[in-house]
Amino acid sequence: MANKISDETIEYVSILSKLKLTDKEKKQAKKEIGNMLDYFDKLNELDTTGVEPMSHVFPINNVFREDVIKNEDQREDILKNAPGVKDGMFKVPRTVE
Amino acid sequence: MSILSLTAVELAAKIKAKEVTVLQAVEEVISQIEAKEELYKCYVTIAKNRAIERAKQVQEQIDSGNLTGPLAGVPVAIKDNMCIKDMLTTCSSKILSNFIPTYSSEAVIKLEEAGAIIIGKTNMDEFAMGSTTETSAYGVTKNPRNPEHVPGGSSGGSAAAVAAEECFFALGSDTGGSIRQPASYCGVVGMKPTYGTVSRYGLIAYASSLDQIGPLAKDVTDCATILEVIASHDEKDSTSIKREDTDFTKALVNDVTGMKIGIPQDYFMKGLAPQVKEAILNAAKVLKDKGAIVEEFDLGLVEYAIPTYYTIAAAEVSSNLERFDGIKYGYRTNEFDGLHDMYKKTRSEGFGKEVKSRIMLGSFVLSSGYYDAYYLKALRTKALIKKAFDTAFEKYDVILGPVAPTTAPKLGSSLNDPMKMYLSDIYTISANLAGLPGITLPCGKDEKGLPIGLQLTGNCYQEKKIIQAAYTYEKARGKIEWDQHSEEV
Amino acid sequence: MAKQYETVIGLEVHVELATKTKIFCSCSTEFGGAPNSHTCPVCTGMPGSLPVLNKQVVEYAIAVGLATNCKITQYCKFDRKNYFYPDNAQNYQISQLYLPICRDGKIEIETSTGTKSIGIHEIHMEEDAGKLIHDEWENCSLVDYNRSGVPLIEIVSEPDMRSAEEVIAYLEKLRLIVQYLEASDCKLQEGSMRVDVNLSVREAGAEEYGTRTEMKNLNSFKAISRAIEGERARQIELIEEGKQVIQETRRWDDNKEQSFAMRSKEDAQDYRYFPEPDLVPIEISDEWLERIRANQPELRTEKLKRYKEEYDIPEYDAQIITGSKKLADLFEKTSAICQKPKKVSNWLMVETMRLLKENDMEPEDISFAPENLAKLIELAESGTINSTVAKEVFEEIFRNNIDPNQYVEEKGLKTVNDEGELRSTIEKIIAENPQSVEDYKNGKEKAIGFLVGQTMKAMKGKANPGLVNQILKELL
Ligand SMILES: [Mg+2]
Ligand SMILES: [Zn+2]
Repeated sequence: MANKISDETIEYVSILSKLKLTDKEKKQAKKEIGNMLDYFDKLNELDTTGVEPMSHVFPINNVFREDVIKNEDQREDILKNAPGVKDGMFKVPRTVE
Repeated sequence: MSILSLTAVELAAKIKAKEVTVLQAVEEVISQIEAKEELYKCYVTIAKNRAIERAKQVQEQIDSGNLTGPLAGVPVAIKDNMCIKDMLTTCSSKILSNFIPTYSSEAVIKLEEAGAIIIGKTNMDEFAMGSTTETSAYGVTKNPRNPEHVPGGSSGGSAAAVAAEECFFALGSDTGGSIRQPASYCGVVGMKPTYGTVSRYGLIAYASSLDQIGPLAKDVTDCATILEVIASHDEKDSTSIKREDTDFTKALVNDVTGMKIGIPQDYFMKGLAPQVKEAILNAAKVLKDKGAIVEEFDLGLVEYAIPTYYTIAAAEVSSNLERFDGIKYGYRTNEFDGLHDMYKKTRSEGFGKEVKSRIMLGSFVLSSGYYDAYYLKALRTKALIKKAFDTAFEKYDVILGPVAPTTAPKLGSSLNDPMKMYLSDIYTISANLAGLPGITLPCGKDEKGLPIGLQLTGNCYQEKKIIQAAYTYEKARGKIEWDQHSEEV
Repeated sequence: MAKQYETVIGLEVHVELATKTKIFCSCSTEFGGAPNSHTCPVCTGMPGSLPVLNKQVVEYAIAVGLATNCKITQYCKFDRKNYFYPDNAQNYQISQLYLPICRDGKIEIETSTGTKSIGIHEIHMEEDAGKLIHDEWENCSLVDYNRSGVPLIEIVSEPDMRSAEEVIAYLEKLRLIVQYLEASDCKLQEGSMRVDVNLSVREAGAEEYGTRTEMKNLNSFKAISRAIEGERARQIELIEEGKQVIQETRRWDDNKEQSFAMRSKEDAQDYRYFPEPDLVPIEISDEWLERIRANQPELRTEKLKRYKEEYDIPEYDAQIITGSKKLADLFEKTSAICQKPKKVSNWLMVETMRLLKENDMEPEDISFAPENLAKLIELAESGTINSTVAKEVFEEIFRNNIDPNQYVEEKGLKTVNDEGELRSTIEKIIAENPQSVEDYKNGKEKAIGFLVGQTMKAMKGKANPGLVNQILKELL
């Protein structure tokens, strides 16, 4: 396996992904990500020098909206699915210590 | 003959002719669901009362002459990643186990405007990640053609529901083959239109640049009819395309004389099951006999499509799924110690293994130091793949090939070897990378009675060509009798 | 000898654009609605919702770019910046990294040491986050997404500034440009202009930059100045002690006059930017660019030049008035109504400035209508009210935007020109103040002033002062 993923990398990626993994899951993730990256390395067989990265497949540009208010008060709808609500706001764990 | 075996268009015609009522159609479907669900598990949610209520309203509109379209009164199933107002929408994930949208997907709105009756939400691979519908948090869907096998995925519930006559047609979404492959495994017709043809508004994103909604149906006529209804230019979706040529039913013409069909030689390498190969080449011969010019050619880059696809899809999904954090909707963990612990526990408990694995892979390929080597490299390769198709379509109207290397695998056999599962997407993913339309339809069965699918891919905006070729083939092929599987497994 | 240090400062300025709707949805940007009343599935990150770009945002961004001498990126795109925080509904912010809309600009600033050019690295468009409110009762935080998706431009300078004075001069200049373009009201206190200070120090003459910190939460020019001094001192102290400056984000606490490191270890700062797949690229044609250029409003330099030609007011007044878009608009509108620019300028320069200062207000906070100032000038110039009364009435206009005609009528403030009434009052004042009369007759000219004052007081300030003088002298 060419792409050896370190424990630190798994730790780092799980922080970025906001995931908490068990030791078993970490081990498995290490193996799977490593395998996938090995496989992704196949792309290095291709010479892509000078090729523009293509993020959008069709050359469609300039899709705009006019600056006109259309939305009415939807706060009841917006809060409907929230696990925690207080005073018309989403309740979350304290963000500052 | 039971009305359940009618196609959507046939049923609508009978309703219009007052031979069948809408309520009758809905009730028949519901009793079919009640009879078959235990075995097949196509649905996550069955909206019985809503459907009955809607049936009455639609019947009135039909009777008063306000609803005359070809889908009026026809029961439809919707993949559970499309939001429907006031209906549970889970993406087959625990993290959305209690999410009830307050808005509907544009495609669903179009269907309801046309008088289709939503019967329920179909099972899928969690967040559309998978090829077997085994990663759902709500159970495994079985293949109605042989319940020991998977229905394919990720729109496995939709494909199985059509095959099991638990609906008359269904909507699915296709990011790397998620409509075409399950349609093929279940022996129904599935179509992914050109990227931007159907609005993605209300579709819970897997990979935004690749996702497209499309129909799963009993035949090519239904497929074209449904697509004509759901295709729209939607101002709420910036990637939605304004098209004048969405009268797809005009392409239901039994003629391929002079049509140029290319078969990529590179699709017939190792890994392709001999029976599949044989069925595909037979289908090509049928079209040739009907007057098409069929040639083999070298498409190129085929094997690079998979790593390209998985890099891009993982990157986008890692970002698209960040919004599931236990704050605004969905599942939130019970006990936690502060904000970040809440995020981590909620997401770790709410997402399944495959989803977590792809999120992490995506975070990695976008992370600093790896972005250029992986993500940008994939975007450059995507450009080359697109170019290869551009070149091919200079010569051919339609590209013909298999949908998957094999027929539907046995339940439980794929997840142990994810890499093998990823590789099985080889024939479908390049259409998503290049934004192309593709249709799959049955062209035979293997020794186990499992369906084999034929795939026709067109250039962008050329749905009509593949519809015409598929329709012509379907007429020449005739009806396929599937084995009956009513016994318990 | 103590080492000499140079402070190197670059700024990231976030400006909330004055659009009616948010950047990616049709929700109102209006400030101060009930929590979450200006929200929709898009700006709260609901599953399946998609962004659609507000064209006005692009036009404002281009206008600011042109006015700050930037190159406009005629093919630009949005990117996603990924980080988890409750005020960030999608847990990614739609911003621009790879192809920001403007690049390579500059603006000239004037300080005590002369003029200097400050480079603008880039200007990019992005969405604002929601607001977090901390609930002490339940020890939790509450999220209001009304501000989520309000359009911002982020103006990133080059590290060209060397002192707080230069920073303030740059910010004032930038603010004025944006205000003149009516792209934003740029109020620091209300957060429609937010300044992050990137600061490092290095030994004088050194070529390499030192390690920089980024400081946030700077709500006034004073706070910015204090934060710069404070951070400079903190970094120098670290260096002198042989310690390292850590590259980090710090929060300035203006009450404690101290900054604090902001992020915990849990926040790996790796934003994993990538092109936003839900939005299509923006292609800005030459024609579009020209149209915006042609519609650019008159900026300060042009205005100053025009004032010199059009209005007969002192250069100094013109400088002050054009130093605020609000003042300039008020001046031009009022002058257009009353046709007395010199008088208008006087009222703005003297009384308005005094009241602003007394009330600790900015010119942008002025709320009275030009019509009312014009009416007041008419009243004063026609002699309907005297100058003392005029000042009183102006205070009412300044505070409550009253109609001076109505006010003067209702309060009976018109100048008394009735000779009989004045004469009898003055006779009474002379009788009551024999000492002053005596003093005056003994040659103390000043004594008459006291008698005038007494008369005005008796007449509640409404007497015509010229007439009072004349009658007094006559009677004495
Ligand atoms: Mg920013
Ligand atoms: Zn909104």
